[in-house]
Amino acid sequence: MAKIIGAVVVDEEKCKGCNVCVNECIHDVLALHKEVNSYGYHYSYMKNSDKCIGCANCGLVCPDTCITIYRAKV
Amino acid sequence: MELIDIIKQENIVYKKSKVLNDVVMHYCPGCSHGTVQKVIAELIEELDLQERAIGVAPVGCSVFIYNYIEVDWQEAAHGRAPAVATGISRLNPDKFVFTYQGDGDLASIGSGETLHACNRGENILIIFINNGIYGMTGGQMAPTTIEGMVTSTTPFGRNAELNGHPLKITELIAKLPGTSYVTRQSVHTAAAVRKCKKAIKKGIQNVLEKKGTSFVEVVSTCNSGWKMTPVAANKWMEENMFPFYPLGDLKDDIKDEPASKN
Ligand SMILES: Cc1ncc(C[n+]2csc(CCOP(=O)(O)OP(=O)(O)O)c2C)c(N)n1
Ligand code: SF4
Ligand code: SF4
Ligand code: SF4
Repeated sequence: MAKIIGAVVVDEEKCKGCNVCVNECIHDVLALHKEVNSYGYHYSYMKNSDKCIGCANCGLVCPDTCITIYRAKV
Repeated sequence: MELIDIIKQENIVYKKSKVLNDVVMHYCPGCSHGTVQKVIAELIEELDLQERAIGVAPVGCSVFIYNYIEVDWQEAAHGRAPAVATGISRLNPDKFVFTYQGDGDLASIGSGETLHACNRGENILIIFINNGIYGMTGGQMAPTTIEGMVTSTTPFGRNAELNGHPLKITELIAKLPGTSYVTRQSVHTAAAVRKCKKAIKKGIQNVLEKKGTSFVEVVSTCNSGWKMTPVAANKWMEENMFPFYPLGDLKDDIKDEPASKN
């Protein structure tokens, strides 16, 4: 059976660590990194990358449009 | 399948619009302004309006919107965006003219300009960011501040007896014969962003079809002014703002039809 898998790429330097995307992802993919970017923000990253379905919800709610979303069928 | 096999150009399902400039917006982390402006940029791209759109920028936190959305802009004095947009749209009937305004700008100092532009039914789209506060100047009470809400000028919460009643200006505007489409949206969840995008799209199309004024309120957060985290501000908005400012269409009509039909 075809399975949909997704992935996101966060523009770490533009992320302001607002946590809105982390809160929106019901698949528990995202988290704020313990490291910070050059502005001092804990940027968002894929903590559980195998769970992403590429639904784009995180990207839609990001006020800074720093998430690019990919989806593929396998 | 490895990540490297998914992260390929042909698999992109969502990315930053070309109509958004490649700069970091100055808004506080999690501010609704960024989300709404991104939606506007996406629609300008999708509807191929980059050469036809003229925005009128407000005074308030979103004063720098002209640095973010790559279309023609005119800055207006505080609250005067609908009056400036009137002139632009009358002189350039082939352009798509819109304003983007906060609640201090639109419902306080600019309430006269707003109501009269809507009453005249100018062919413009007004996008109204209602975060219940003056964000830029330090979180003072706005006309839209709900009862009980703490702001820097109502430290014990807004008290209607002392501070007056919160103004539902969108309800007033829906009563005016010049408006064709009046709606209230939000952008705090992905589902809300999708709905808001549909609403703004409809507003744009109505303006292009010369149906009169379209008015889209977006109930928004100002997490800095509210002194909350962005996620807590979204929750507070759901629990406290939405009961007073219920989401949905207030009017979806034809210009010059009697308001009583709504
Ligand atoms: C004529 C004039 N009066 C007052 C001000 C000060 N001022 C700047 S922004 C603002 C309020 C902005 O609030 P709002 O429209 O709600 O936008 P936000 O910053 O919340 O997005 C005020 C009163 C001004 N710039 N010009
Ligand atoms: S695309 Fe969907 S599943 Fe993947 S991180 Fe974003 S919200 Fe979560
Ligand atoms: S919503 Fe955007 S800015 Fe906020 S943490 Fe997520 S990626 Fe960063
Ligand atoms: S002060 Fe409020 S409205 Fe202004 S950018 Fe910050 S969060 Fe947004």
